Amino acid sequence: MSFFETKHLTKSFGGLIAVNDLSFQVEKGEIYGLIGPNGSGKTTVFNLITGFYPITSGDVLFRGDRLNGIPTWKICKMGVGRTFQVVKPLRRMTVLDNVVTSAFNHTGDHHVAEKKAIEVLEFCELIKKRDFPAKGLTIGDRKRLEIARALATGPELLLLDETMAGLTPQEQAEGVELIRKIRDSGITIIIVEHIMQVIMKICDRILCINYGQEIASGYPAEVANNEAVIEAYLGKE
Amino acid sequence: MKSSLWPFLIVLALIALFPVAVTSEYYRHIFIISLMWVVIGSSWNLLAGYTGQVSFGHAIFFGTGAYTAGLCMTKLGISAWWGMLLGGPISLLVGLVIGWICFRLRGPYFALATIAIGEIFRLVTTDWRSLTEGMEGILIIQTFRSKLPYYYLAFGLAILCTFGIYRVMKSKWGYYFVAIREDQDVAEHIGISAFRYKSLSLMISSFFTGTAGAFYMNYMAFIDPHVVFSLHDISIMAILVAIIGGVGTMWGPAVGAFIMVWLQETFRSAFFGLMPRWVSEAHVLVFGLLVIFVIRYLANGIIGDWPKIKRLWSKDRELSYSSSGN
Repeated sequence: MSFFETKHLTKSFGGLIAVNDLSFQVEKGEIYGLIGPNGSGKTTVFNLITGFYPITSGDVLFRGDRLNGIPTWKICKMGVGRTFQVVKPLRRMTVLDNVVTSAFNHTGDHHVAEKKAIEVLEFCELIKKRDFPAKGLTIGDRKRLEIARALATGPELLLLDETMAGLTPQEQAEGVELIRKIRDSGITIIIVEHIMQVIMKICDRILCINYGQEIASGYPAEVANNEAVIEAYLGKE
Repeated sequence: MKSSLWPFLIVLALIALFPVAVTSEYYRHIFIISLMWVVIGSSWNLLAGYTGQVSFGHAIFFGTGAYTAGLCMTKLGISAWWGMLLGGPISLLVGLVIGWICFRLRGPYFALATIAIGEIFRLVTTDWRSLTEGMEGILIIQTFRSKLPYYYLAFGLAILCTFGIYRVMKSKWGYYFVAIREDQDVAEHIGISAFRYKSLSLMISSFFTGTAGAFYMNYMAFIDPHVVFSLHDISIMAILVAIIGGVGTMWGPAVGAFIMVWLQETFRSAFFGLMPRWVSEAHVLVFGLLVIFVIRYLANGIIGDWPKIKRLWSKDRELSYSSSGN
């Protein structure tokens, strides 16, 4: 039994099949990359895993439990955290309060939640901005806040949706460090990313999809040299 | 943002001592009604200001509480004071059912649904004569001649409600309410059942509003469906109280309640008889203008925009003008 797997996962919006018969397994402690051209269905896969969209057919299994039909908030409680591609800070709350809210996931005690939130902010190097209103953050810090908020829920599996998009090379390097640190703390990661340097650097294995279907999977070097992948990204020669 | 507790305690002491110093029954009455509106405004604010679920139907809970008290007397033959205990829980149950139906809707659709349900309550209570006596209303005999017991009861209720909400907002629930207001989808993804916590917020809100309704029955001794289920005089008034004072602020609705009741009374009495009679008809117009003014210049209400107001009074007016255009 894999730590996490999807079996024949399919999602159709009316006539459009966004995710088509997608099966993959993620082992505990891995950083698993999910790549594909724009509109290939990567974010939809995340939305299916977290129960945000109902699954058309197929299964999502997390530590052997079937996640189909379970509401989003319960899936979070079971240990699946996620960040949003389009960052969604709780705008009129401070950075600290954003993370405290998440940290209430497994406790009702304010002190415990705040302690956890401060730990997470230190881990994500956002602690200096703790009293800033979330709406005033730069894009780099907003992406960090997304990660911090997801981490504070205490996930075992973390879904990162394009956390590097729009960042400077310097910020990207820091982001890679942060993701490695998260993995080293024992959290399994599935990452959607467009920036190939990032993906190639940090992923243990990669799945490439297009039109919601698997076109290649394996170790980063294998996938990067796969003809179907090159074709999907760059077109035919 | 930690401010000293002293100004707050002084205000509380002043309100507590007011009816001792002022023996005019009229002004005591104004204060009693204001304190009741502190309860309703703060309750509305919990649901709409903090949880982001704008209700145009708080008359439902006010009326349910009032009729619970009234029916204790007319149908059960027990004192209408039992309504002070029963009105809250029964309104809470009504809130629970309404939430179960309406919280599938978001934003303006939720607001519209609450208007519709509010009107249903008004029409049903008007026509269900065997239960409610319809437009003849329910008349009871006031227990106390003096206004003092009512004053301190309303005062106690206002303190209970505002401090109750204050405690809630400092807890996990408070964080969850605000998270839902800011982004319901994010809330779901960080482990918050939006449906459950919206319902909890509505239950607290309807409990206090219902208790205020039961108080109204006991104090005014007369209710009819058009008074207590009124869209304008209760549901919209609750919104105005919170908007004027400051939506999503802890003490805004309390301040807004005193301002709105005072304003309403000033116009109702045509400036205490100093102006011609037709002025009293204009109060709706003035409320409208006031809301436009507040939304345009003090979008966060008097409490929310207090720093802005203070700057206007201080010497560097120009500075405040240049920095207020955010």
